[in-house]
Amino acid sequence: MDTLNLSPAAPEILTLIMVCAILIIDLFLDDSRRHVSFMLTLLTLFIAALLAAVGGSGVHHAFNGMFVADPMAQSLKVFICISVGAMLVYSREYARLRGLFRGEFFVLTLFATLGMMVMVSASHFLTLYLGLELMSLSLYSMVALSRDSAPATEAAMKYFVLGALASGMLLYGLSMVYGATGSLQIADVAAKIAAHHANQTLLVFGLVFVVAGLGFKLGAVPFHMWLPDVYHGAPTAVTLLIGSAPELATFAFVLRILVVALGGQGLLVEWQQMLILLAVLSMAVGNVTAIAQTNIKRMLAYSTISHMGFMLLGILSGSVNGYGAAMFYIVTYVLTVAGAFAVIMLLSREGFEAEQLDDFKGLNQRSPWYAFMMLLIMFSLAGIPPAVGFYAKLTVFQAVIDKGMIWLAVVAVLFSLVGAFYYLRVVKLMYFDAPQDSAPLHSTADVRALISANGLAILVLGLLPGGLMELCQRAIQASL
Amino acid sequence: MLSGLPLLTLAIWVPIVAGAMVLATGSDRSAPVARWLALLGSVAGFLVTLPLWAQFDPAAHGMQFQELHAWISRFHINYHLGIDGVSLLLILLNSFTTVLIVIAGWHVIEARVSQYMAAFLVLSGVMNGVFAALDGLLFYVFFEATLIPMFIIIGVWGGPNRVYAAVKFFLYTLLGSLLTLIALIYLYNAADGSFAILDWHKLKLGLSAQVLIFLAFLMAFAVKVPMWPVHTWLPDAHVEAPTGGSVVLAAIMLKLGGYGFIRLSLPIVPDASHSLSGFIIALSLIAVVYIGLVALVQTDMKKLIAYSSISHMGFVTMGLFLFNAIGFEGAVLQMISHGFVSGALFLCVGVLYDRLHSRLIADYGGVVNTMPVFAAFFMLFAMANSGLPGTSGFVGEFLVILGATQVSFWYAALAATTLMLGAAYTLWMYRRVVFGAIANSKVAGLKDVNAREILFLSALALAVLAMGLWPYPMGEVLHTSVTDLLSHVAQSKL
Repeated sequence: MDTLNLSPAAPEILTLIMVCAILIIDLFLDDSRRHVSFMLTLLTLFIAALLAAVGGSGVHHAFNGMFVADPMAQSLKVFICISVGAMLVYSREYARLRGLFRGEFFVLTLFATLGMMVMVSASHFLTLYLGLELMSLSLYSMVALSRDSAPATEAAMKYFVLGALASGMLLYGLSMVYGATGSLQIADVAAKIAAHHANQTLLVFGLVFVVAGLGFKLGAVPFHMWLPDVYHGAPTAVTLLIGSAPELATFAFVLRILVVALGGQGLLVEWQQMLILLAVLSMAVGNVTAIAQTNIKRMLAYSTISHMGFMLLGILSGSVNGYGAAMFYIVTYVLTVAGAFAVIMLLSREGFEAEQLDDFKGLNQRSPWYAFMMLLIMFSLAGIPPAVGFYAKLTVFQAVIDKGMIWLAVVAVLFSLVGAFYYLRVVKLMYFDAPQDSAPLHSTADVRALISANGLAILVLGLLPGGLMELCQRAIQASL
Repeated sequence: MLSGLPLLTLAIWVPIVAGAMVLATGSDRSAPVARWLALLGSVAGFLVTLPLWAQFDPAAHGMQFQELHAWISRFHINYHLGIDGVSLLLILLNSFTTVLIVIAGWHVIEARVSQYMAAFLVLSGVMNGVFAALDGLLFYVFFEATLIPMFIIIGVWGGPNRVYAAVKFFLYTLLGSLLTLIALIYLYNAADGSFAILDWHKLKLGLSAQVLIFLAFLMAFAVKVPMWPVHTWLPDAHVEAPTGGSVVLAAIMLKLGGYGFIRLSLPIVPDASHSLSGFIIALSLIAVVYIGLVALVQTDMKKLIAYSSISHMGFVTMGLFLFNAIGFEGAVLQMISHGFVSGALFLCVGVLYDRLHSRLIADYGGVVNTMPVFAAFFMLFAMANSGLPGTSGFVGEFLVILGATQVSFWYAALAATTLMLGAAYTLWMYRRVVFGAIANSKVAGLKDVNAREILFLSALALAVLAMGLWPYPMGEVLHTSVTDLLSHVAQSKL
């Protein structure tokens, strides 16, 4: 273990330096030159992604084994940077019109990104927690960024209180694990458990709290209460941020705690049973409740809950194959949902939030191309081929059926049928109904290009999903 | 020269690419471009399937024109295409029908022309994909992908209750196919990580697993066929869909179900198929007799033809599960013939609807006085639908009844009631619409079919007559495939 070698943490170090620089530079910029900070932020993300991609192969430790750069972490960092960058591009006009296009916005975004990168690279419970809190605290304040909006403030409050509660539970659970194993180092914990040197009762007790804490962060039922309110209350740009990149970080977080640290004999079966319950409840509550929503951001919030349920299917299968499937699921989900929020922001304009489902009426007449992109996104979320969402469902179903849990796959399939209904409703509104609102859609060339790339990526990955699947599987295999 | 080309790939992708190009023409200002481009694309799509017919070797065993490329290596999923006689006929039928639909929608569709034409072209390519796929997952992807364009077609250009019909169609068929997905993944795991349908044909399976897989497949294919009692989406979808949509639904999409039985259910789980054949035949006979009676009381022409389709498809499922060559070939020929006849009938109703904007039988009467040429075409197709000898409708029905007599007298007797029922509801409708005195002033003002309509009606009339008078070439193409399949199905896999 090379303790002085800091190069594995190069993307994080760069981000930290840049975020401090932007914080200072932004002080000297007036509003007309705010795009300098914007470009610097994008540049930071780009270089961080590049650094993560270059350091892709092999497993490297740093900071006395508290930090690890393995293929899973590196590829997730690349995806995180891409999705945060896409969020910035999508939300530029939206943020400018709402007075959010300020230095804080960029700095908090980068801090949240840094938190996520630390989370995916943590190999010590403390680092893990540090990353989690850095990300969460930045996101809490971003939700409250539009100060004058009562729903946003309320959402931020809820997010903060429930998030703090979840962090508390997680810490309590981890302290039990520490008590049982005497270590916070993930590899040590795993070794102690494998050697039966830990008190099983204490471990299981801690595990319950850990799973509850993770459930909160994922938004799995019954720990999902905060999610619809936060999605609804936050400015759409922030909703997009909360709904995309943090899912990738949380996936790594769950994998490192449950699979790597607590995946030893006896414990795997314990959390498997808990996750089955969480997954089935999430799919049921998420999909059924989404039907009743009239606000598209709330609908997508419940849809997120159900998708977390599907993703958990991959993890609870307890096989490397399943973890790879879950990673593929989460990556394609983030790609899809980012596009959905981008279209919502596109329909919004100054003083008008396109939040209601009815705002999508007749989109095909207003703009056939964006309607087509949204159609691809909706069919992908519903899991209809040839959109990429189908392959995501296919891989997790394959993982659970491989483990003999056919009933679970049948349950999942039935709930995805329920889910298809409300995704279809969006398509119905866009294609079958007459427009309520005939205001022309304004968008800049970069947003147009990015939404098109996003939508077409869903289709192209649907036709040729092999490469990304392989990448996820290799990353998991090399990292566990 | 042609032998080197990947003909099946062309049959799938030429219409899809053409569809994308039509879509790119954009708004209705360039509608004429969209129409001509769509016609060009559909004709090209039909032309690339003709070498398949020419080069198909009827005597050869196994799949022909095979193409195999790795697709998703992580799950050993391949882009594996190949056809036998059954798929060949269905691909030809599909590509032929697409051309007619483009012509039929020429002046009828005025709104969002490029999207309408593109949806049909893409749908045509995707359905060719279903008929050509030899990889389980590829089959499933194509099978499911048909839902998206059809959903849009019904919902955008359909009748007043189109949203209900479109959503019902989508969810109904999705429910069936999602369980099939589970069965496919189970087979993949059971076959040690292979999605190849031809591997699954050889896979040994226990009886209880076979029965469960059979039922999962049944969910998907029974909904598509549709079999009684999961047929209720079809009348809604047919009535609300635009004419072209009804034609594709009846002529091709229903065949996906029958084809699924032939390609997946029967050869992969033969023992379950044998032990549940009584159940399937019972459902088929209910469809033939009960739905025939239901068709009799319809007041809406499209609904009547929709019920008649269900009744005729009962013949298909029955023929497939008789396990003799006559019945099986009869079932396949019935699928093809039904494609021509029901498509033609829907087009005839479309011709009337375009003029009077009503599908109700009561709004018509005495049409022969104002539209004699149309009445003649309509007569031919009505006769074919009733199974008159000399038309294509007779061949399939006769063979299935013949096959049924070899199994049980009662099967044959019940099935034969369709000859009465079919004649009753079709000809009664025909009499009320076409004959008699001119019913009202609107009928008096009708104009006879124009050149464009004569074009697609006569193309179908030729097909119906040719198949009725000389079915031998089709039987020849089918014969080896059917015999091989039946001998495979006769072997137990336990």
